[in-house]
Amino acid sequence: MTDALTAAGLHTFYGKSHILHGVSLNVAEGMITTLLGRNGAGKTTTLRSLVGLTPAREGRIVTFGQDTTRWPPFRIAALGVGYVPEGRRIFPNLTVEENLKVPNGRAGDWSIERIYALFPRLAERKSNRGRQLSGGEQEMLAIARALLLNPRLLILDEPSQGLAPRVVQEVFAIVARMRAEGISVLLVEQNVRQSLAVADHAFVLDDGMVVWSGPAVELAADETRVRTLTGATAEDWEGAAPRVLPAG
Amino acid sequence: MREAITSAAGSKVGRRLPDAPLDAVAALGRGVFAACRATGSLTLFALSGVSHLLRPPFYGRMFLRAFIEFGYFSLPVVALTAIFTGMVLALQSSTGLARFSAETAMPSLVVLSITRELGPVLAGLMVAGRVGAAMAAEIGTMRVTDQIDALQTLSTDPMKYLVAPRLLAGAVALPLLVLVGDILGVMGGFLIATVSLGFNAATYLRNTVDYLQTIDVVSGLVKAAVFGFIIALLGCFHGYSSRGGAQGVGAATTSAVVAASVLILAFDYGLTELFFAK
Ligand SMILES: Nc1ncnc2c1ncn2[C@@H]1O[C@H](COP(=O)(O)OP(=O)(O)O)[C@@H](O)[C@H]1O
Ligand SMILES: [Mg+2]
Repeated sequence: MTDALTAAGLHTFYGKSHILHGVSLNVAEGMITTLLGRNGAGKTTTLRSLVGLTPAREGRIVTFGQDTTRWPPFRIAALGVGYVPEGRRIFPNLTVEENLKVPNGRAGDWSIERIYALFPRLAERKSNRGRQLSGGEQEMLAIARALLLNPRLLILDEPSQGLAPRVVQEVFAIVARMRAEGISVLLVEQNVRQSLAVADHAFVLDDGMVVWSGPAVELAADETRVRTLTGATAEDWEGAAPRVLPAG
Repeated sequence: MREAITSAAGSKVGRRLPDAPLDAVAALGRGVFAACRATGSLTLFALSGVSHLLRPPFYGRMFLRAFIEFGYFSLPVVALTAIFTGMVLALQSSTGLARFSAETAMPSLVVLSITRELGPVLAGLMVAGRVGAAMAAEIGTMRVTDQIDALQTLSTDPMKYLVAPRLLAGAVALPLLVLVGDILGVMGGFLIATVSLGFNAATYLRNTVDYLQTIDVVSGLVKAAVFGFIIALLGCFHGYSSRGGAQGVGAATTSAVVAASVLILAFDYGLTELFFAK
């Protein structure tokens, strides 16, 4: 099995503070990989390094067979890496439709019509400005926007953060759907149980280091270990609904 | 090294005294370095912005947006400035020229002052306050809320998407505004001259046109294009490099306006020299 993305020994800094201490991980092609860890563990920083926003000072990143370690973000994106940032970061002053016209990706199956078919809610609100959308709609827009790059790899940073339980279900259903579409997924989540339920493989990050990795089912079977590793509260664990549709 | 000098000196004389000249030199050096670095990065930023105007993809919609924001919404403020400037010029020059019994030169004086100098400079300064500040605030907000990062990860180059269209809009919109301002300014002067200074309307208009040369108007429009570019450039540059939340954006806004205003006056001198110095 080949990897969509392989990162080895990443060291990333914000100014002088050393955040990642040699993170290595891989995303297998066509699979969902989840990256877990307590708040401040360095998950967002890892993703920012992978997409080129905060380049790693040391280490190596190979994306779809190319060494992308020093590439600027737009080139990595053009390779087919869609990134849905933490907190969505949609363009609040642009309408939904204008937001969807920003991506400048490779050619592929995804079109605005197809997005509207997948997210009917966005079609209804296409003339509304980004800032007028609810949290769930903003998340859908952020995912839709990344899909219009026609990504082969989709990287999501806490997509269910701050959403109502019903909307969380929708988000996880979409993530599962992406695998069915043949898109590889790297998913960062606080919602540990549900991400382990959709994921094939899991990495746990703590203090800028990978402290556990293995099949998602293995980690999911050991609640105590999950709790100690990820700092997940009982609520994160119990509050989540059981396994959502595994696609494909 | 620095410590060594200070302590060596300090052992003989007092501690503070020998420090003062060194500090001054260091501060001067830091200032010069900072100025050079700022000039360098501004120049690189400008070159990068312009180079994106020459390479596709082009964002026509973004240009149109910036053009309307820059040109259309600045029309009232530029129009009012121009009319009052024309009126004041007429009043001032009539009293001044009366001392030499040269009142007939007044229409030429008004139109030359406006087209060559006051039209572009005053419009530039007014628009810098309005549009330059707004651009810095908008792009700065995008920067500190990670929207510029988001653009990059959507494979869209912010220099091409945000900066280049604004630079072009500035260079195109300000000359048009100044052209309108020139006409309104002359009308302001005409109004005062005919209504309260007893000029004959036809004579005034004839004197206005007779001594006017193409270069007078063209030089003003070229100045305006340069000023418009400067306003957009500094608005974008300061917004783009802003850091640290709402406070950073506020600081960027102020810097954009101040720097644009100073540069406008400096370039005004340079361009005047270029056009008219013999
Ligand atoms: N822009 C930044 N500047 C300095 N430190 C930062 C910045 N962003 C995050 N950090 C620090 O880096 C560490 C990892 O943060 P982050 O990657 O956001 O963690 P996570 O996403 O796992 O919650 C934290 O200690 C955080 O305080
Ligand atoms: Mg995070």
